[in-house]
Amino acid sequence: MTRLRMVLGGIFGAAVLATAQLTGPPALAETSLLNVSYDPTRELYKAYNEAFAKHWKATTGEDVTIESSHGGSGKQARSVIDGLEADVVTLALAYDIDEISTQGGLIDPAWQKRLPDNSTPYTSTIVFLVRKGNPKNIKDWPDLVKNDVQVITPNPKTSGGARWNYLAAWGYALKANNGDEAKAKEFIGQLFKHVPVLDTGARGATTTFVQRGIGDVLIAWENEAFLALKELGKDQFELVVPSMSILAEPPVAVVDKIADKHGTRKVAEAYLQYLYSPEGQEIAAQNYYRPRDPKVAEKYASSFPKVSLFTIDEFGGWQNAQKTHFADGGVFDQIYQPQ
Amino acid sequence: MIRRISPATLNVRSEPAWLRILLIAVSVSFIVVMLVLPLISVFTEALAKGFAPYLATIADSDALAAIRLTLLVAVIAVPLNLVFGLCAAWAVAKFDFRGKSLLITLIDLPFSVSPVISGLIYVLLFGARGWLGPVLDEYGIKIIFTVTGLVLATIFVTFPFIARELIPLMLEQGSEEEEAAISLGAGGLQTFLRVTLPNVAWGLLYGVLLCNARAMGEFGAVSVVSGHIRGKTNTVPLHVEILYNEYDFVGAFAVASLLALLALVTLVCKSLLEWKFGDRLAGGAKH
Repeated sequence: MTRLRMVLGGIFGAAVLATAQLTGPPALAETSLLNVSYDPTRELYKAYNEAFAKHWKATTGEDVTIESSHGGSGKQARSVIDGLEADVVTLALAYDIDEISTQGGLIDPAWQKRLPDNSTPYTSTIVFLVRKGNPKNIKDWPDLVKNDVQVITPNPKTSGGARWNYLAAWGYALKANNGDEAKAKEFIGQLFKHVPVLDTGARGATTTFVQRGIGDVLIAWENEAFLALKELGKDQFELVVPSMSILAEPPVAVVDKIADKHGTRKVAEAYLQYLYSPEGQEIAAQNYYRPRDPKVAEKYASSFPKVSLFTIDEFGGWQNAQKTHFADGGVFDQIYQPQ
Repeated sequence: MIRRISPATLNVRSEPAWLRILLIAVSVSFIVVMLVLPLISVFTEALAKGFAPYLATIADSDALAAIRLTLLVAVIAVPLNLVFGLCAAWAVAKFDFRGKSLLITLIDLPFSVSPVISGLIYVLLFGARGWLGPVLDEYGIKIIFTVTGLVLATIFVTFPFIARELIPLMLEQGSEEEEAAISLGAGGLQTFLRVTLPNVAWGLLYGVLLCNARAMGEFGAVSVVSGHIRGKTNTVPLHVEILYNEYDFVGAFAVASLLALLALVTLVCKSLLEWKFGDRLAGGAKH
């Protein structure tokens, strides 16, 4: 039995040693910020976090590390409400930050007035990604409901991007039918009959389209479509810009309660403000987000296709849009039946 | 005229040969398609760009942090489950009490509950708006979206492994040896250390092995309670998903290959145990 005892003793000893090793002394205390963001901003904030840390060191001499977490916008908001201690949130749409404010009570209800441009330092829009050569000849919204076209878009219940997609389609249908809501509803119903899978997040939908090869057209964030082109090759996909789309405004906010608790308010506010600086705007543009700064916008004008844009105000703001379209029993529930 | 039946024909199974071949072919092709091909594809994808990028991904600081975290979670969860499992198995096998079958059912619960639910119950319990969350928050204790939450969720999903391994083994052995030890004057602790523990030791090791494999590989439950903070609350399986979502397919499969290697090592250890100590494992190792 000695061998046995040695084995068991060895396992136990290794466990104790490993615990000591792994828990070890904590890293040196330095300021750290947690940015809870949505799916397609991974690359943007990877670059921006580095730039901000450098900027902060240069202006204040302090070190700051920025941690980030990405996922579907609605799910991320839910996590913050459930206790994920985000100092700042940078989500896909204002409604999700409103939820953190109303349900979680963590953010001042007037948050959207605190920073310029509705607290959205960059914008995007909704475009189409099609397979090389555009075999189904997709040019505009009506082409999406042609006989055998398969459309990929994520689930508007969980994905912020999907809600922008949906509203872009709705806005187009409304304008094309002179404001006839019944016709718009019919168009949206038709559109979702062409959707074979509903992923939970924008990035999931993109991988379904580009990696798994499902569908003829992906409705996506402009930045997501550009990124897919860059990462996976222009020889496989083409970008198609519809005649009309929505101005997508992904907002940012300091999570008041958490930042105050962590004592990070000053750096958290600076982190968001720096997004509006020429450097921040430059990084946004390089990551295919449309910059707000006119000078930077001009510099990158050729990278962004011209498209006629309407805003969320057409729908009476996010609270109304959410209530009418995406709440339980809303228009989306009425028109969508899983196939 | 009576046909003579040779003893040889009697010995052979009554099923026709084509059926046997068909069954074997079905199971072999099933295993190839469902297990072997995916395993091969993990390694070919991981090494698609050569060995250097493979190592670079694994040496990346976020990947290393994920590996460290996974080891930490396993190192806490497995020994705790070893103690819990041993206690539970001992209670069930050596004593008679009311509600014993209820206890056995409860031990099995984590097997039948979906891992997502296992994660969500901790969010409902310890989340900022959960039952206990606000109270704990007053004392500055955070559970969800920290390592503590990951450990709790892992303990929950891996709880049955060790107990389920030990209960049949201990039942089979009965309590005669313990009774003999006690009648010869051994104390409780002495009996446990000298009689009970050595009797089940190899079964225990086997349970630890399976428990560890699951603890390191768990995705669903930890995904719910993790918060997905890079370099901080991302375990290896979560890191694989993140890399995949960032179009870093080589990276995702490189990290996934570590999990595949873990599975292979576990499999080899398990087979070794069964081969060497099969007679000492529960019911001759029926897994």
